[in-house]
Amino acid sequence: MIDELDRQLIIALQQGLPIVSRPYKEIGLQLDIPEQEVVSRLCRLKQLGLIKRLGVIVNHRQLGYKANAMVVFNVPDSLIKQIGEHVSQFNFVNLCYKRPRCGEQWPYNLYCMIHGKNKQKVLQQLDTLIESCGLVKFERDILFSRQCFKQRGAIYKTGSNVSKCDRNAIRFDKELSVEKSIL
Amino acid sequence: MLNTLQQKLLNDYQQDFPLSIRPYNDIAQALGVTEDEVLLAFEELSNEQFVTRIGAVIAPNKMGVSSLMAMAVPDDQLQQVAGIVSQYEEVNHNYERENRFNLWFVLITKDEQSLQQLITDIELKTGFKMLYLPLLADYFINLGFELDFDD
Repeated sequence: MIDELDRQLIIALQQGLPIVSRPYKEIGLQLDIPEQEVVSRLCRLKQLGLIKRLGVIVNHRQLGYKANAMVVFNVPDSLIKQIGEHVSQFNFVNLCYKRPRCGEQWPYNLYCMIHGKNKQKVLQQLDTLIESCGLVKFERDILFSRQCFKQRGAIYKTGSNVSKCDRNAIRFDKELSVEKSIL
Repeated sequence: MLNTLQQKLLNDYQQDFPLSIRPYNDIAQALGVTEDEVLLAFEELSNEQFVTRIGAVIAPNKMGVSSLMAMAVPDDQLQQVAGIVSQYEEVNHNYERENRFNLWFVLITKDEQSLQQLITDIELKTGFKMLYLPLLADYFINLGFELDFDD
């Protein structure tokens, strides 16, 4: 589906698109391919859905969004898709995922993230969400983030042993890997 | 703090940045300003760290395998355990959250087998079991993040 050059292109893009008049040309020079090929490959990777979005990646914290909540619900499996799609439509919701329950200690299967300017605002938004999506009857929990221990440094490996250093390791920046999104 | 042009650049170009020969010029034309103004505005946004970068967000599990993990660590051991976890190259986004399960992070490896191996290894090194919470479905449609500049 994707070749080595696509991979290299994605990696090159992790440094950020250069802020110059012809940025794709500059990336092409790094990879020794024509500007037009950079553009056409990126178009294709977007169409394939491998690139989920291409554009400005904002720094929420710096822009004043200091409260970050992961909200989890235990909803019936038969309703989760419908609820998940409904929840996703609120513009303060950043992500919405289904994940497996882990027994009694962790009964939740629906996750969404809300980034807000402060806790109060996030709690208000959560109330709106619960009311609008009919979630009041479902078990839930809200987990605000506290300290951040690590934000970047994920690596995809090509070797067989994950614990050892691999010469062919390809370094990815935080957002490529799966973005802050996944948390 | 941010001018109108900067606000528009932040909100309107998170998803479909132009894939054209002169993308900043296309943006400039759409917004009725010059290419230089757009370049300068992005420079400033980037210098002030309002923009992490202009780049691609890769769909989860399309390159490699990843999973969200959670651990319940006693408060007095949290720093130490978080330190051990952060040392792994395969760990991305390691956060403390307000819960009994207070340490949350993402593992990314090349395949499923490596992921399971890594989980075993981390549990052994830290002495704590983890919740394994891989993504089963992604319902999110609204890509990007709408910023509110009013307050």
